[in-house]
Amino acid sequence: MRTRHRRPAWHVATVVETRPETPNSARLVLDVPTWPGNEAGTHVDVRLTAPDGYQTTRSYSVATSEPGKVVLGIDELPDGEVSPFLVREVRAGDTLEIRGPLGSYFVWRAGQSDRPVQLIAGGSGVVPLFAMAAAHAAASDPSQFRLLYSVRTPAHVYFRDELAALAGPSLAVDYIYTRQAPPGWAGMVGRLTKDSLASTTIAPHQRARIFVCGSTAFAETVVTWLLELGHSARDILTERFGGL
Amino acid sequence: MAFATRGFSGHRRTPDDRLPPGQTLVQRWPVLSAGPTPQVDTDTWKFVIRDESGTDHHWNWEQLLALGVEDVTVDIHCVTHWSKLDMPWRGVRLDKLFANVETEFEYVMAHSYGGYTTNVPLEDLLDGKAWIAIEADGAPLDPEHGGPARLLVPHLYFWKSAKWIRGLTLMPSNDPGFWEQNGYHIHGDPWREERYW
Repeated sequence: MRTRHRRPAWHVATVVETRPETPNSARLVLDVPTWPGNEAGTHVDVRLTAPDGYQTTRSYSVATSEPGKVVLGIDELPDGEVSPFLVREVRAGDTLEIRGPLGSYFVWRAGQSDRPVQLIAGGSGVVPLFAMAAAHAAASDPSQFRLLYSVRTPAHVYFRDELAALAGPSLAVDYIYTRQAPPGWAGMVGRLTKDSLASTTIAPHQRARIFVCGSTAFAETVVTWLLELGHSARDILTERFGGL
Repeated sequence: MAFATRGFSGHRRTPDDRLPPGQTLVQRWPVLSAGPTPQVDTDTWKFVIRDESGTDHHWNWEQLLALGVEDVTVDIHCVTHWSKLDMPWRGVRLDKLFANVETEFEYVMAHSYGGYTTNVPLEDLLDGKAWIAIEADGAPLDPEHGGPARLLVPHLYFWKSAKWIRGLTLMPSNDPGFWEQNGYHIHGDPWREERYW
């Protein structure tokens, strides 16, 4: 058992940058002087308070893993109370509150294992997996990393430039475009299949540690196929976003 | 000065005193789990209570149902800030499973198919406060929601309502289960916002 960690506290965060990440999401860069840092893959509670004291809270995965700074990728949910506000209304200089870091299970830690790591993302589920890939690169960790990213179109790729910069000897990135591929794309366009999953992920005999993040339907489908392909349930961690 | 975020007013719904602090009402039912969904067949399903003498009290699916399945309508509260109100369930009251279990121990570790664990004080499981649930919203529990059977402890945050339940082990001390070892509260009362520790 791990030793008990610090109880997560509320921190005041100042928005230093907000920009469209995809057609229906925004990236929020938060300056949080009191933030102790977080492990790659954790999440935070974001709390918004109205002038009359009304409050509401939602959980979001963190795309970074460093002290003093938190980057979020916020997918706008139709009729949402919080995500449309964060995506459309918030601007640089605004303040909000975050609590965390939360969760110490769906995380990647440098030096913990020399086994290869397979990341599998559906849509905005890439956020915590991007944090792991970036932490892996920053730590010069020698374990093999591979990311499979199922996404609607090239425009819907989160952290496109950063992922392009990370791709290389330490990180292989495979894209599955479900609706529309970039010009000149030689692969198929359409939903992930068991065969394409098998051909774009680390083979079962290599005993990769596998992190899956996406919608419930995506995670259920992918994990069922991973087990059928011969991966062990013990090696698979999932994070499903339900949204509110 | 009280903290406020510029421009935020929120979607005001009628204040509902059945919603614990920090919770938002949902109509659908989100799924949260840490790993693969176990596929458990009622033909081979078995439920075991292990007491401090090491004695196993066990039930198969038919024996569970024979204890008496009751309808309950409860509110459920997930630590990820959603609540569902007036949710219809069917299940077997844990009092019936504990009727012939004699124990001095005050804590329970719930074990699931797939390896999940969560700790609950025994007093939170008895006196009509918890069930082995087999149906929700008028249908057998889907595997992704914990079917064929899950623990239902609606007065605690919903991670305590272990999916794919296969047994309860009595413990002398309140040892932490899976999420409790990963940053979540040892008890998990939503009205006291016992989310993290």
